Amino acid sequence: MIPTVIPPATHSVGVLAIQGNWAAHARAVSALGHQPVLVKAVEHLTGITALLLPGGESSTMLHFLLSEDLLGPLTGFCRSGRPVFGTCAGAILLASGVTAPAQRSLGVLDMTVERNAYGRQRESFITRLADPGGDLDALEAVFIRAPVIRRTGPGIEVLLRHGETPVLVRSGPVWAATFHPEMTADSRVLAQVLST
Amino acid sequence: MTDNGTSSGTPLRLKTGLAEMLKGGVIMDVTTVEQARIAEESGACAVMALERVPSDIRKDGGVARMARIDIIESIMATVSIPVMAKCRIGHFTEAEVLQKLGVDYIDESEVLTPADEHYHVDKHAFDVPFVCGCRNLGEALRRIGEGAAMIRTKGEAGSGNIVEAVRHMRSVVSELKGLAIKGDEELMTAAKDLGAPYELVRLVAEDGKLPVPNFAAGGVATPADAALMMSLGAEAVFVGSGIFKSSDPAQFAGAIVKATTHWDDPQRVLDACRTISGSAMEGLEIDKLDPSELLQSRGW
Repeated sequence: MIPTVIPPATHSVGVLAIQGNWAAHARAVSALGHQPVLVKAVEHLTGITALLLPGGESSTMLHFLLSEDLLGPLTGFCRSGRPVFGTCAGAILLASGVTAPAQRSLGVLDMTVERNAYGRQRESFITRLADPGGDLDALEAVFIRAPVIRRTGPGIEVLLRHGETPVLVRSGPVWAATFHPEMTADSRVLAQVLST
Repeated sequence: MTDNGTSSGTPLRLKTGLAEMLKGGVIMDVTTVEQARIAEESGACAVMALERVPSDIRKDGGVARMARIDIIESIMATVSIPVMAKCRIGHFTEAEVLQKLGVDYIDESEVLTPADEHYHVDKHAFDVPFVCGCRNLGEALRRIGEGAAMIRTKGEAGSGNIVEAVRHMRSVVSELKGLAIKGDEELMTAAKDLGAPYELVRLVAEDGKLPVPNFAAGGVATPADAALMMSLGAEAVFVGSGIFKSSDPAQFAGAIVKATTHWDDPQRVLDACRTISGSAMEGLEIDKLDPSELLQSRGW
């Protein structure tokens, strides 16, 4: 009898590769045994089963999404029920409201985000987040010119806070972090995202 | 990289972290608030606040120094993207002033007139990250040894000629490849020949890449120039005079941003080139320059 090998469930994970640290996300996806696919154009969305929006400059990404007609297709993907994860600039893109300054976004998470709210690069920091009794306790979090989530709507679940401020949130399969999980070797957050 | 090795207490990972966020993007030299606004609206991922762009510095001559504070401040107040500024090589007081001001990155730059002929700034002592230029791997590793959190090619700033940036990027990449095939017993000699710290030579021999992001600068004037540098291994592109010395800055800025993202897709680089109807900045032949006019020979 021929032994049957059942492959583990793998995702084909789109990583928005316009600008920013998409390469670190692609490495994290590979490390979990999934397949990263770089997304720079609408045809790259075909066949992907999850999507990551990396850190970088949200205004640069937005400029590109608008000038290359990608905003609509990306929004469609984010509303399709498949796992989506935005970190830092990616979280800004997912928000329904953006301030400092106001800018357009995909509007798929009912929350308001203030850009660069901690200050300039000088105010960037690394910390450990507490999740007492939860799966994400002592998670190392790198904040770089990070945004702050100022308001969350009723459908938003806050999973981690730094002080009083929400830093990891989700609404169903759509997740957002204001820090950079891809900059550490700890893959707990990404593993949870891809299992939703 | 480990988190230690900085005397300022700010982990190197946090300093290189911002450079990671700039990858795939275009950092544009700007001298006014209006230019900064055009850069941001065209998709720049950061701006470099200056008093004069390199081609004007070259033309005007005289001593080029850190930009006036009010210029840098007004640009910081205008854009939401990171703002960098340049200090003279070895001028740690200009660097301290820029850090106090709160710029996001400091470029210890050969474009300005060096303040110290022997020593570069001890960049480990700063919380704000530094970028430095290099012509080859040895120079890159010396700057990283001093604490630089991002490396860029020197190229030949203000020339509008890409040949020097290509030479410098090719040198770094081919020297990296050369190290990767060396045996452990060869590395001390390699460190001596490169004039670079042994520990860093060992690290890059093992990893096959620099421990900090590696960007291109110095001579980028067209979308195709930017895409070429990305193809040669640059992770992002600085554009100095190439945008605001062209006949249509917004057009050139937008096209260079597009070509940098799509560098590996010739059809889309063509699309970016096609958006240009104005003329690029005037270029200089490097051979026609007197060696004393070369900015890249500043620093060691």
